[in-house]
Amino acid sequence: MAETIFAPWDDPTEKPLIRFRNVTKRFGAFTAIDDLTLDIFEREFFALLGPSGCGKTTMMRMLAGFETPSEGTIELAGQDIAAVPPNKRAVNMMFQSYALFPHLSVYDNIAFGLRRDSLPRADIDARVGEMLKLTRLEKFARRKPHQISGGQRQRVALARSLAKAPKLLLLDEPLGALDAKLRQATQFELMDIQEKTGTTFVIVTHDQEEAMTVASRVAVMDEGRVMQVATPERIYEAPESVYVADFIGDVNIVPGTARAVGDGLFQLNWAEDTVPFIAASEGAFSEGQACHLAIRPEKIAISAERPPEAENAVHGKVLDIAYLGNLSTYHVELPGGQVIKAQTANTRRISRRSFTWEDPVWVSWTKTAGVLLDQ
Amino acid sequence: MQRFVLIAVPYTWLLALFLIPFVIVFKISLSDIALSIPPYTPTLEDGFGPFFSALDFENFVFLTTDDLYWKAYVSSLRIAVTSTAITLLVGYPIAYAMARAPEEWRATLMMLVILPFWTSFLIRVYAWMGILSQEGVLNQVLLWLGVIDAPLTILNTTTAVYIGIVYTYLPFMVLPIYAALDRLDGALIEAAEDLGCSRVQAFWLVTIPLSKNGIIAGSFLVFIPALGEFVIPSLLGGSGTLMIGKVLWEEFFNNRDWPVASAVAVILLLILIIPIILFQRNQQRQEEA
Ligand SMILES: Nc1ncnc2c1ncn2[C@@H]1O[C@H](COP(=O)(O)OP(=O)(O)O)[C@@H](O)[C@H]1O
Ligand SMILES: [Mg+2]
Repeated sequence: MAETIFAPWDDPTEKPLIRFRNVTKRFGAFTAIDDLTLDIFEREFFALLGPSGCGKTTMMRMLAGFETPSEGTIELAGQDIAAVPPNKRAVNMMFQSYALFPHLSVYDNIAFGLRRDSLPRADIDARVGEMLKLTRLEKFARRKPHQISGGQRQRVALARSLAKAPKLLLLDEPLGALDAKLRQATQFELMDIQEKTGTTFVIVTHDQEEAMTVASRVAVMDEGRVMQVATPERIYEAPESVYVADFIGDVNIVPGTARAVGDGLFQLNWAEDTVPFIAASEGAFSEGQACHLAIRPEKIAISAERPPEAENAVHGKVLDIAYLGNLSTYHVELPGGQVIKAQTANTRRISRRSFTWEDPVWVSWTKTAGVLLDQ
Repeated sequence: MQRFVLIAVPYTWLLALFLIPFVIVFKISLSDIALSIPPYTPTLEDGFGPFFSALDFENFVFLTTDDLYWKAYVSSLRIAVTSTAITLLVGYPIAYAMARAPEEWRATLMMLVILPFWTSFLIRVYAWMGILSQEGVLNQVLLWLGVIDAPLTILNTTTAVYIGIVYTYLPFMVLPIYAALDRLDGALIEAAEDLGCSRVQAFWLVTIPLSKNGIIAGSFLVFIPALGEFVIPSLLGGSGTLMIGKVLWEEFFNNRDWPVASAVAVILLLILIIPIILFQRNQQRQEEA
């Protein structure tokens, strides 16, 4: 089988399914969405990631038709949807609170949207049966929402929003109420369903791990603006700003000033009387420009001796150790007070750990391990 | 012990304020009219044996011999049902508007609904007499506006009784419906629209079913007192308005026939027991849900 990488966003001939063009949404004097331009493509699993209150739900509600942009346009399949009311859009939403109809059975909840299209009874029956099977709810069809568990309710909400086979499915923090294990299982289930149905999914989450797991692309948002849109790998490995680097996963941020040393390499002067760090960068920095080195803890090695070939190595002292089961994170204090986190896999039993508090250690990393950021 | 006290309190209440008065009324309904004080026989002073042997169902039989009584019951039922329906039609939109009003307005609106209770019920009914009479405010305004040429006769008709009942019991309808609508999650309406409902469809398919308990509670709270209503028909109604509450009053005070009046009251209570039980059921189910 020929592997074709799914990356319509790299293909200039591809037409986006959703197109936000300079969309601004204001509530009174408060700007919830600030001049947002964004394309989402068919069959994508697009994740909106950001802290609470950054405007994720507002974006979804504009797509569903419950809010209208104050400025700018939103296009769905090439059509401006500003004038289309929610009940006329080929978009369905799975609500953050699930919003199941408490007076209707699971079956009737799922059939609700189909009945509005006045389909023949048999077709409705078949479609609901299909949805019940997909979400493994066959046994609960006759129950009312208050008679099933949280996880089952969440699946009913999903089945209901999928039943009409929308072009676009909006999921607003769909897994927020689930415990970690069920959450993970459901994430894979969602991906499976997305693959089977070919629907375009836009998922809102404030859980970065969830976004990384399910999404084809992730948009990291902050205060109504999109900070970066990229694949999960790019977001993690090549963040474009300190904000994004800091938001996704654990990261060390070392502020300093840059000095070009040629060949796409830069020195970072991070403290007085220390050897500068060296880092490769695609972007250019002028002499003395303020910048930050962002480097993930798992890219930093920790050792007793200075590794002979290390491109960057500093001496420090173990300040703290966080034991995470499979991993340990060492907090190492460098000269000048900067603390660097280094992560190692726990392949040995804890009693045989090589370093303990107050031990002098070396931390080291390669010149391509981190990224230099100007903001 | 503690549990016993806890249960004893409401039962004592019920015994003192409902059961004992009812037993007394029921006893009187089985007695005979007499020209004495109290105006019936027998009393316990006659001794136990004669007391019980003198009791009979004569008065209940009498109620079936005169058309007046069953016609009054039927007419009361009709007036109570109709005015409950009108109160619902008027009250639902009010409750809906209140629940939809901005958060900071709701307490004020609630106050406005409850405000009439702060003045005497009788005074408010008298005020309606002033509004509805031939020379009343309503006719004056309508004449002045040129809507009518001659004053309308509203006071002392059944229409006035409907107006009085709807006005008086409106808060009892509005408050439970408002409570139900206030609890209704706005996301449900959005979900309905998202799934293809128009605004109107969403209202019928989601809002109405989910405020059903409020509608039922409100309807009973209006229907039950309206059925035995006495003040409103006697002050606002005319000779054509037949209501059992009025009949009861006339038996009691005009004819001084306590036994027949008591029999009328007992039958009225029996009629009311069915809706009261249904109302209780509804309240219970609401608490369970
Ligand atoms: N209807 C509204 N009226 C006023 N402010 C709103 C409204 N809806 C959302 N906001 C504000 O917009 C911001 C973004 O909200 P939201 O999109 O819900 O954030 P989140 O990313 O947590 O989903 C928040 O500060 C919120 O208070
Ligand atoms: Mg939200």
